[in-house]
Amino acid sequence: MTDLAVGAVAGTLAPRRQFVLLRRLAAHRSFQIGLVLVVLLGLAAIFAPLLTSVDPSAMKVRFRFRPPSAAFPFGTDNFGRDIFTRVLYGARVSLWIGLVVAVSTGILGAAIGILAAQFHRLDSILMRCMDALMSFPAILLALGVTAALGPRMESVIVALTVAYVPAGARIVRASALVVRELDYIAAARIAGASNARIMIRHMLPNSVSPLLVHVTFVFAYAILAEAALSFLGVGVPPPTASWGNIIAEGRDYATEAWWVMLFPGLGITLSALGLNLVGDGLRDVLDPRLSWRG
Amino acid sequence: MSALVSIDKLAVQFRGDRGWVSAVEDVSFDIGEGECVGVVGESGSGKSVTALSMLRLHPRGTARFPSGSIVYAGLDLLHAPERDLRAVRGRDIAMVFQDPMSSLNPVLTICDQICEPLRLHQGLSKAAARRRAIELLDLVRIADAARRVDEYPHRLSGGMRQRAMIAIAIACRPRLLIADEPTTALDVTIQAQILELLRDLRAELGMAVLLISHDLGVIAEFARRVVVMYAGRIVEDAPVDVLFNAPRHPYTEGLMASMPPLEGGADRLYAIPGRIPDPDEPIPGCRFGPRCAHLEPVCRASAPELVAISETHRVRCTPRARPGVLA
Repeated sequence: MTDLAVGAVAGTLAPRRQFVLLRRLAAHRSFQIGLVLVVLLGLAAIFAPLLTSVDPSAMKVRFRFRPPSAAFPFGTDNFGRDIFTRVLYGARVSLWIGLVVAVSTGILGAAIGILAAQFHRLDSILMRCMDALMSFPAILLALGVTAALGPRMESVIVALTVAYVPAGARIVRASALVVRELDYIAAARIAGASNARIMIRHMLPNSVSPLLVHVTFVFAYAILAEAALSFLGVGVPPPTASWGNIIAEGRDYATEAWWVMLFPGLGITLSALGLNLVGDGLRDVLDPRLSWRG
Repeated sequence: MSALVSIDKLAVQFRGDRGWVSAVEDVSFDIGEGECVGVVGESGSGKSVTALSMLRLHPRGTARFPSGSIVYAGLDLLHAPERDLRAVRGRDIAMVFQDPMSSLNPVLTICDQICEPLRLHQGLSKAAARRRAIELLDLVRIADAARRVDEYPHRLSGGMRQRAMIAIAIACRPRLLIADEPTTALDVTIQAQILELLRDLRAELGMAVLLISHDLGVIAEFARRVVVMYAGRIVEDAPVDVLFNAPRHPYTEGLMASMPPLEGGADRLYAIPGRIPDPDEPIPGCRFGPRCAHLEPVCRASAPELVAISETHRVRCTPRARPGVLA
């Protein structure tokens, strides 16, 4: 077997390919567009206080339901709050939730997947737990968890992580099972390496690249799911703005004040689009079956 | 010659679909200090299983050892706690695999991988381990070692990777090097170079080598003593010249006959009829019986024992082990 083929089965992030991968990524059109979108939204969220001087919760009842204008670029809502400001601050919450969920899904998924692949006994226990979690629709599961933990931003993060970890763990386990059988793992064992060392130093770097792709998509799903949860009333509680709860609050006035729902909706759409494009790009480059053509 | 590793009545079973299947049975032999032992046999004869047992590298829960022992320095490697075993692996007993393409980790540099056993077993500092890594690459005759040491495995050719593997294996100056088909995946010129390297290193470091191969030529060139395995059992164990000139076991005879002659090539090579039996196939008496050209009633009656017919020669064949019988 050539090493290319080994990498192909195992999903290796081999250094040999690292620079090639970066170059290919940089040349990938949809990855570029996606990255620009994500970076712009991220910057807008980070620098929200510089982009607007208004307090996102400041109510000016005199200016209720103002349509977009020079003074209120995205209009105002039923309390006269500036939608532009709320969308910017909402981006902080929504993107933050997405990021934290993506990162924690990645870490937990990698840990559980590697443990399951390495320890035969743990494997069936862990995987049955993951199966049990996967048997619920993600939103339903998240709904249950937030209901149990109370309506807070943290519970949304916990809920979504619980919902997305199983798929990540399965992905890592699948590639780790392939890596585990390769001679260099046995070679490391022969060198006297402990289980922990083998898992962290040898198995992990060789089996995470499919997870990397998955995690980008989880980022996007988490933003959408936060919106759904907030819309259902169990997400981020008002008055803190998140894209989800701005939409939720605007739905009663959808016919009169379309702008209340449109702009946070655009935020969700653009971030999900951007992340999906980034994920597609990563997948194209990391999946050797596709990248062999390039 | 005192025994460095003593394998006694080793039996290995694997979990199969219908219970435990015997892969190796009643394997006993010693490896002396600095000795060079070859193990030959067809695929599935149990030679790799025997070698892997010495480091207990079978996947956990899939293999068991119903009997036997492998004693190294007073430690029974089959039953020692994992911690004690880890101290032996890489430091006292090291191993080189068949496929140099998959036996190096693609995400670590050669230096990282040579340094791993050095730092684990000898507690060398990063800088010291690196210096030692360069020395080792020099020792296995990789040109421009100081530069090569920081490269990733994909930049090395198959032969160089195998040299790097050997460098990792000998990093802690093991007393026994197990080489499981170390040249099978390489082309013939590289094969010769690797064998020569192993031979020189053996002389230089004074380590014992257990060379596993199905290539009789490789064995003849390298080993002093040869253990022939068939269907999970040792069928013959003899010094290399005795084995090649006067094999006793019909299976060994068959192996010798199936080698192509050097001159005046035959049109057709001899092949032992039949195939190696499945481990769980019930065969009364001698397991080579169904393929044997010299089958006698006694062969079916009971399984032959491994009998010493001289101080250095053992054979598992009832008719051929009778005193006074010459092949």
